Amino acid sequence: MLASQIGYYSLILGLIFSFTLSFFATKDLTSPSKKIDQNIIVLSFLQFFFVVVSFLCLIFSFVNSDFSNETVFNNSHTTKPLFYKISGTWGNHEGSLLLWLLVLTLFIFLFIIKSINQPKKYRISTLLFQQIIIIGFFLFVLVTSNPFIYVFPVPNEGLGLNPILQDPALAIHPPILYLGYVGSSIIFSAALAAVIQNYINSEWAKHIKKWVLISWIFLSIGIMLGSIWAYYELGWGGFWFWDPVENVSLMPWLTLTALLHCILVLERRLLLTSWVVILSIASFTLSMCGTFLVRSGILNSVHTFANDPARGIFILIFLFILIFLSLGIFFIFHKEQYKDNKNFFWLSKETSILLNNWFMMYFLSVVLIGTVYPIFLDVISSDKISVGPPFYHKLIIPFLVPFLIFMVFGSRLKWIKSEISNKNLLIIFFTISITISFLVTKNFQVDLFLYTILIGTSLFLFFTTTVEFFNRKKILSQTVAHFGFSLFILSILLNSITSSEVSTNMKVGERYNYEGGEIFFKKIEEKKEKNFNSIVGHFKITDNRGDIFNLKPELRVYNQPIIITSEADIKTTLLKDNFLVMNTVKGNEYFNIRYQVKPFMLWIWISVLLISLGGMISFLRAKNEK
Amino acid sequence: MYGKKVKLRFLFLVLILLTVILSVFLILQSLKENVVYFQSPSEIKSLVELDKNKIRVGGMVKMQSVSVNSKEINFIITDFKNEINVRYSGAVPNLFEEGKGVVAEGFLKDRNYFMATKILAKHDENYMPPEVKKAIGEK
Repeated sequence: MLASQIGYYSLILGLIFSFTLSFFATKDLTSPSKKIDQNIIVLSFLQFFFVVVSFLCLIFSFVNSDFSNETVFNNSHTTKPLFYKISGTWGNHEGSLLLWLLVLTLFIFLFIIKSINQPKKYRISTLLFQQIIIIGFFLFVLVTSNPFIYVFPVPNEGLGLNPILQDPALAIHPPILYLGYVGSSIIFSAALAAVIQNYINSEWAKHIKKWVLISWIFLSIGIMLGSIWAYYELGWGGFWFWDPVENVSLMPWLTLTALLHCILVLERRLLLTSWVVILSIASFTLSMCGTFLVRSGILNSVHTFANDPARGIFILIFLFILIFLSLGIFFIFHKEQYKDNKNFFWLSKETSILLNNWFMMYFLSVVLIGTVYPIFLDVISSDKISVGPPFYHKLIIPFLVPFLIFMVFGSRLKWIKSEISNKNLLIIFFTISITISFLVTKNFQVDLFLYTILIGTSLFLFFTTTVEFFNRKKILSQTVAHFGFSLFILSILLNSITSSEVSTNMKVGERYNYEGGEIFFKKIEEKKEKNFNSIVGHFKITDNRGDIFNLKPELRVYNQPIIITSEADIKTTLLKDNFLVMNTVKGNEYFNIRYQVKPFMLWIWISVLLISLGGMISFLRAKNEK
Repeated sequence: MYGKKVKLRFLFLVLILLTVILSVFLILQSLKENVVYFQSPSEIKSLVELDKNKIRVGGMVKMQSVSVNSKEINFIITDFKNEINVRYSGAVPNLFEEGKGVVAEGFLKDRNYFMATKILAKHDENYMPPEVKKAIGEK
């Protein structure tokens, strides 16, 4: 009771502080003093502080199972383990928006105290733009999604959290993803501020690069966590489904990756200024679009907590205001820095980064069109369609070949004018890669030509980055990230051609022989946990090489809400995952079994971590060079 | 002489324009080939010509229609006006149940018989795909 009240009023206080902050900031913008008004720093801390208080109150209500709070009532239950009571705080619409707000205010506070070396007017303008976003979200939370609404009479028991969300990876997935999404808001505000103050130069590039890196790292890890969760929880054994909700997180990632590369060009050569601004605007807009599409109920998925049209319309209007505002500012204030482009050569790092950006934009448009087209068609013709993986695969996979090859050459080029060194070495590497790839691929029944060049080119990048790593001639962060990327593509390709799967319906005690071995369904065992009952199946799998696996997939029947989930049992080793999942068909003695052998799964996750590690190294380096 | 710079810009513009046109063309072309349409059992009944492509069928799983053997699962999808027999072998999602909404993806053999290659997972009980809602007319 009390906690909800404190939480609600601190939100209102936070909003009041936002307005005061905007007022002081506007005043300070015209004041002659060189230093930022101390009040502004205090106020932005207070704004952040009250959102924290509000958020803690919500967590407190969740931990105490205070069902007088509607959000808690709808999403929690007394028998839920403590960990999921806490993670339930952001496992719902209201709480997750409060988390957005929390990260927004945290980031602007950090920005203000960390940007002391930057010009004052630029800092204040960034703060003001960020305030527009923050106030918008405050209003959104307070008006349409208040997390502190009372329920009367107070219910004895809550409705519980969707069991599929009760999972460690998914508990930390939203906060991490949000750090990435919301981090792009700082880039957005800073880019607009820099345009207005005419401050787009290499100083600015150096400073904003750190923020780009932060959101990029968090976004990468956030997407990976969601993907790991989908892999073991949804029971299909895949890790990326080209589902619209996955796509909306991939889109800002693509623009951020593009931004990450061309900010280097801005830093060194003062080129592409407009493009950097456009990418900054696009990254945040796409993050917002993601929130809009997911929250408004247009895309139905596990992320859609409630389908309330008012919320969708609010975000949509807010989104349009932001887009028009930013484009308006861009066209009115942006002056192309006059720089003689005399020193332009085709073979240079600049052009290779431009090429990288071209590919990123192409991938982005494929994902964007694939995601938006069904919605568009539904609105204009009410035809219901879906765009599946074949569409994305067909359009993206062939383009990976030139993309990987350009990655090999691009990273070896120098600024302004360059030549390709060690041509012979590269040719040798390329030949070796293609040969190895051919020898591997011909053992599998796949499109020989396509896979040979795909695996060949990723091996090519793999070898060249490995050599770069040991030569230590190139920047470490770049080498690690690019090496990670080659490993990523390689693992995905090998995984897709070597995976095998059997599915069948079995009764307890039955044996099933398939091409690669035998599955023996030994017995089932029932277990009782605090908030679910589980049926554990005991399986013994003997494959043709004589390896024996004992796998115990589980079926969980949660008590509140009553939902059955299946927990796959995965035996992970360095080289492959053995994945077994069972389902029931109600009122039937048959269990539905799906057994998969998925080589190199672990390396997909490792390579994403390596890519992010590249980002982290770059961040630490940027931080140390002052 | 402004020759070099203007030429460079012009070259860039042409390149960008060309690539944009090319990629839009590519994307739209493959969109046409890879789109999966959604149909209700009633829509399938009234088809003039059988669709050879992959489609999705959605509706309710008819009560007492599910039968399982070791190889496959047979059931009936209904929209309370018409129904269609579905045969499927593979893993079913946990929330697949008689009397609940379902979406199956696969190929039509004839107007009464559908070979499913995939039964789509739903995430919770209360969730119903918008297509299904529409197919059964918000019952």
